Amino acid sequence: MQGWLSILIMIALGAGFALISVVLSSFLGPRKPTPEKLAPYECGMPPVGDARERQSVKFYLVAMIFLLFDIEIAFLYPWAMALRDLGWNGFAQVLLFIALLLAGYVYVWRKGALDWGGDQATARRRSTIGD
Amino acid sequence: MAPETLAFYAFGAVAVVASLLVIAQRNPIYSVLLLIASFGALSGLYVLLDAPFVAVIQIIVYAGAIMVLFLFVVMLLNAPHEETEYDERVHPLLRPGPMRFGALLALVLAGELSWALTRSGDSGRFPAGAVASVRAIGRSLFTDYAFPFEVTSILILVAMVGAVLLARREGRG
Repeated sequence: MQGWLSILIMIALGAGFALISVVLSSFLGPRKPTPEKLAPYECGMPPVGDARERQSVKFYLVAMIFLLFDIEIAFLYPWAMALRDLGWNGFAQVLLFIALLLAGYVYVWRKGALDWGGDQATARRRSTIGD
Repeated sequence: MAPETLAFYAFGAVAVVASLLVIAQRNPIYSVLLLIASFGALSGLYVLLDAPFVAVIQIIVYAGAIMVLFLFVVMLLNAPHEETEYDERVHPLLRPGPMRFGALLALVLAGELSWALTRSGDSGRFPAGAVASVRAIGRSLFTDYAFPFEVTSILILVAMVGAVLLARREGRG
């Protein structure tokens, strides 16, 4: 339990820094609101439309793929901790594990799920696969 | 008070308060963010229970990835502020349809909780030699449970293919 004290201190420092910054800026900062200053910031240009728009399902797909690779990382963590005990045998197992997931990664990539170049790039990729 | 007891009460209080605030919010986005705070406090409780691996997984997988999914579900559904269709003064059990079902589930949960908490016995005691350290988990995962571990990668692979296939239908139509 001793090693966790440093993590607790780190959490306290991080939260404290954020809190103190927000509180201090609300006390010390000058406040002269204008309609432009109060408007939500949208990359510097005037806001267009409503923020509550339906998002594309693409975002969800990326989040799902992120979750799956996150689980892969979760499996690598105990392996890294027991690396010396497991030796080459464990290394081979992890290699197989990663190879299988690499196949999934290649599949996701080839299907264009990671494309952000709009519809043209996706369409071009699909046509080359012959989908 | 021992520092561990103090930490337990602090994490427990944060978890309970954050969970209560989750269901008290009208804006679902706030609920999701508060649930992350609750998960963080739960992770601290896992550390106190001497389960560091579960604590780390709680942060990496639940607070990190699952909550991103939750957030995107909220954004996909474009759920506005929760609307009250019913008279709030009416007792939840007397309201129509889904709300009655939710109240029923809450009743069942309350019953189970009170049963579990009042039951005497040493259910809180771990069997001797319980796997605690991440290193021990790694050692048994890659020796005794090597085959299930490799099968997990196939499961993840199937999930990946399924996600791509399901999401692609929208892009075509």
